[in-house]
Amino acid sequence: MPGKRRFYEVLYGWLFVSPAVVVLGIFVMASIVFAVYVSFHKVNLFTGYYEFIGFDNYIRIFTDTKTKTAFMNTITFVAVVVPIQTILALIMAAVLDAKIKGKLAFRAIYFLPTLTSSAALTMIFMFLFSFTGPVNQLALNMNLLQEPINFLNDPSFALKVIMAMNIWSTVPFFMTIYLAALQDVPDTVYEAAEVDGANQVQKFLYITVPQLKPVTTFVLLMGIIGTFQLFDQAYIFSNGTGGPENSTLTVALLVFRNAFGQNNTMGFAAAMAIILSIVIFIVSYIAQKLNKSESLY
Amino acid sequence: MKNKKVFKWFLYIVLIGYAALTFFPFLWANSASFKSYSEITGGGLNIFPESPTIAAYEKLFTIDEHFVRWIVNSLVICIVGTTLNVFLNSMAGYSLARLHFRGKNLVFYAILVSIMVPAQVLLIPNYLIVKSLGLLNTYSAVILPVAVNATFIFMMRQFYINFPRDVEEAAAIDGLGRLGIFFRISMPLAKPAIATQSVFVFLGFWNEFLKPKLYLADPAKYTLTVGIQTMMSRYSGITQWDEVMAASVISLIPILIIYVVLNKYFLQGIRMDGEK
Repeated sequence: MPGKRRFYEVLYGWLFVSPAVVVLGIFVMASIVFAVYVSFHKVNLFTGYYEFIGFDNYIRIFTDTKTKTAFMNTITFVAVVVPIQTILALIMAAVLDAKIKGKLAFRAIYFLPTLTSSAALTMIFMFLFSFTGPVNQLALNMNLLQEPINFLNDPSFALKVIMAMNIWSTVPFFMTIYLAALQDVPDTVYEAAEVDGANQVQKFLYITVPQLKPVTTFVLLMGIIGTFQLFDQAYIFSNGTGGPENSTLTVALLVFRNAFGQNNTMGFAAAMAIILSIVIFIVSYIAQKLNKSESLY
Repeated sequence: MKNKKVFKWFLYIVLIGYAALTFFPFLWANSASFKSYSEITGGGLNIFPESPTIAAYEKLFTIDEHFVRWIVNSLVICIVGTTLNVFLNSMAGYSLARLHFRGKNLVFYAILVSIMVPAQVLLIPNYLIVKSLGLLNTYSAVILPVAVNATFIFMMRQFYINFPRDVEEAAAIDGLGRLGIFFRISMPLAKPAIATQSVFVFLGFWNEFLKPKLYLADPAKYTLTVGIQTMMSRYSGITQWDEVMAASVISLIPILIIYVVLNKYFLQGIRMDGEK
C-alpha cells in the first residue's frame, strides 16, 4: 500500500507540473540555448539557412553606429527615468501614508495610469503633446511659450515625451509597493523621533528612507529591468521607425527591427538581445550593491 | 502646532496636484473622443465639448471594418489565456509545494530562472519555434508561449506551502483521490490567490502589444492594442484624434470594470503574498 501511494504521489506530482515544464522548457529554457545558437550564426529567415560566423555578430555590436545610438538612447532613458520614478514613488507613498482624509480616493485615482495599456497610453500622450494639443495650448495660455513646439517630430523632444509618459505610468505601481511596505514600519519609531523633536522632513529622511531600503532595492531592480527593455512606447510613438532621426530608437526596438525586418540580421539581433541582458544584469547588480542591503528575493 | 497645520495644507496641495496630473490626461482624452475633429485641431482646453458628438464612436462601431473584431479578439485571447494560466499555474504551484517527486528541485530552479530572464532574449527563439510549429498568424501564437507564468507559479507555491494540511487529510480519509482533493478542496480554497493572479494575467493579456504585433499579420486578427496602433498610421500622417481617443477610451473600459470590482486583489497582487 505505501508503495502504491508513493507511486501515485510521484505520478500526480509530475502530472500537475508537466504543462508548466513543457511550456517553460520550450519557450524559456530551450529558447535561451536557441538564442545563443542563433547569435553565432547568420540567419536567412526565408531559406532557413544558418551560417556559423563565430563572434562576428557580437563584434558588429561595437562597430555599428545605429546600435551605438540605440544604446545611448536606452542608457539615457534608464538614467533619467529610474531615479525620478523611484524618488517620486517614495515621496508620494510617504505623503499618502500621512494622516490625511480621502486616502482611498487618492490611491484609486493614482493607480489609473498603471492599468492603461501601453497602446492607449502612448496615444493619449501623443495627443496631449501634439501640435494643437493641450500641453502646447496650456503653455501658450500661460505665456511659457511664444509658439507651439512640435514635440512629436522634434528629435530633441521626442524621447523626453516618452520619458514623461513612462514616469507617469510607473510611479503609481512603485508607490503602491512602497505604501504596502510602509504599513510594516512600526509607529513607535516615528513617535520616538517626534519626542526627540524631529520635523516631518527629518522623519522622512532619517526613518522612512532607511526603513524602506530593501524595498528600494526591489523597486530599483524592477525599474532597471523594465526601462532597459523599453519597446512598446517607442514603437508606437515612432510607428516602429525609432524616429524622428533615431531619437526614440531603443535597443529593444532595434532588436525587433533587425530580427524581423527585411535583412538577414536575425543573428545580429539575437547577439544584441544577449548583450542587453548582460548589461541589465550588471547594472542591476551594481544598483543592488550601491543600495547596500539584502534584496527581497 | 501651527507648523503642523501648514504642513498638512502642503500635503493636501501635493496630493491634489498629483491627482490632477494623473487625471487630466484621461479627462482630455475622454473629452476629445466626444469632440469633432475640427474642434480638437482648433486647440482649446475645454473639458466639455462645445458641441458634443458621438460621431467618433459611431464611426468605430458601424463604419470601421475591424474595430468590433479587435475587441472580440482581445477578449477571446484574454479569457482563454487567463483560464489556462489559472489552472496550470495553480497545479504547478501545488505540485511544487505539496507533492514529493524526484526532479522537483530542478523544476523549481528552472522556474526561478524563468522569472529572471529578460523577455528580449526569448523573443527571437520563440518566434522561430512558433513559426516552425506552423502557428504564425494564429491566436495560439499569442497564448501558448505564455500559457503559464513563472512568477505566479512561484506565488501559488508560496500559498500552498502555508496551506493547512489537515483539510486535505480529512478529504483523503473521506475517500477523495489526489485529483479530487486538488480540484474540489485545494483550488476552491485558494480563491483569493487565484483572483489575484487572474486579475494580473488578464490585465497582461489585454494590454500586451509586442506579441500580437509580431505574430498576427491579418488585420482581422489584430488585438485591440495593435488595432489602435495601426489606426495611427492609417490616414497618411493625419491622425484622426477623435477616433483614436475614442478607441483608447473603449480599451480602458474592461480594465476599469475589473479594477472597480476586484480592487482589493490588485493591492494584494502587488504585495505578492497571495494571502487573505
